[in-house]
Amino acid sequence: MQTRLTINGTSQTHDVAPATLLVELLRDDLGMTGTHIGCDTSQCGACNVLIDGVAMKSCTVLAVQAEGKAITTIEGLANGDTLHPMQAAFREHHGLQCGFCTPGMVIAGLEIVRRRGHDLSAEDIAHDLEGNLCRCTGYMNIIKAIQAGAKAMEAHNA
Amino acid sequence: MREFAYARPGSVAEAASTFAGGGEAAFIAGGHTLLPAMKSRLRMPDTLVDLGGIPGLAGIARDGDTLTIGALTTHATVATDAAVAAAIPGLASLAAGIGDPQVRNRGTLGGVIANNDPAADYPAAVLALDAVVTTSAGRHAADDYFQGMFTTALTDGEIVTGVTFKVPQASAYAKFRHPASRYAVVGIFVARFAAGVRVAVTGAGPGVFRWAEAEAALSADFSATAVSGLTLDPADLNTDIHASAEYRGHLAGVMLGQAVTAAR
Repeated sequence: MQTRLTINGTSQTHDVAPATLLVELLRDDLGMTGTHIGCDTSQCGACNVLIDGVAMKSCTVLAVQAEGKAITTIEGLANGDTLHPMQAAFREHHGLQCGFCTPGMVIAGLEIVRRRGHDLSAEDIAHDLEGNLCRCTGYMNIIKAIQAGAKAMEAHNA
Repeated sequence: MREFAYARPGSVAEAASTFAGGGEAAFIAGGHTLLPAMKSRLRMPDTLVDLGGIPGLAGIARDGDTLTIGALTTHATVATDAAVAAAIPGLASLAAGIGDPQVRNRGTLGGVIANNDPAADYPAAVLALDAVVTTSAGRHAADDYFQGMFTTALTDGEIVTGVTFKVPQASAYAKFRHPASRYAVVGIFVARFAAGVRVAVTGAGPGVFRWAEAEAALSADFSATAVSGLTLDPADLNTDIHASAEYRGHLAGVMLGQAVTAAR
């Protein structure tokens, strides 16, 4: 089925089977493997992407449902070699160990900023990360990274 | 998932006719219940009719002592909408407690109540707030709409278009949520009206139901003290790996007290 959508700013049309998940279109058809599949049951958040600016779990959205939408994946955040402020904050604050959950965590961080602004309490971040699982870090550095990333986005007007 | 045909109709009437001609067809809204069920092959529709492209099915409108919410309105919207918070704060807090932020950005009111999962949150609000479910075929009073586990008054091909809630004097939802699934182990919605109090219980039994004893006690005296020690008969409740029927019966009383205390 012909599906027209915008991915990281580029308008494109793909012929996808209706049973194709959005995350499968990204990873398998387009080779954009930054978005991960963790649980495949909408629990872990590793597959988070922005759809029209709003974070959703791409393992539980059909590619054909993205018709006419603008998708932003982890690959679309950096500006060339310059990391997005939220990505840079994850590196600075050691917000990852194995890195598997990281793409979804960064997208979740952007979602928290969208809803709550740039001045975030650790409690609010912890609450809003309930849909993202990390099996390495114990979350503390992820919370620090999102807190700092939110501030840096304000400073960079990102 | 098994392959299926996909249609994105532009109107409710077109969706109904596509469904009728679609073999084993299913409607999809946010898809956050249906797609997991299709992955595990609990559901294997031949045709998926996507309601997401139909204009006019999302939105919130206050009209005097009622609040109408369109079927495609997401949980995130209900949780943050000023009109909902002003009219029925218990409904806003219920929506804010469904799943997680990403799930709330996708899941819809209509999808939840069409599916009628026995541990879903919204059915408790729809029943306690004496709501009317509007569909492509007519209207259903909440007391007639919910008919047990995954069963509703909807006929095959009937589409939920919205829910009209009665605005109560005070309301609250208290749930003991499963820490992984975030579904209600037990959830209690309390709604206080001039005519009396309505109490709905989700998660505890095979489907949402009203708690007559709690309603009578709270209609006489709307206080946590009035229902202190009240429990549900475990004979009618669920036992699973998460909680026994006895546990749920006791928990219902605890959550009832919390809901009454929180009601505003």
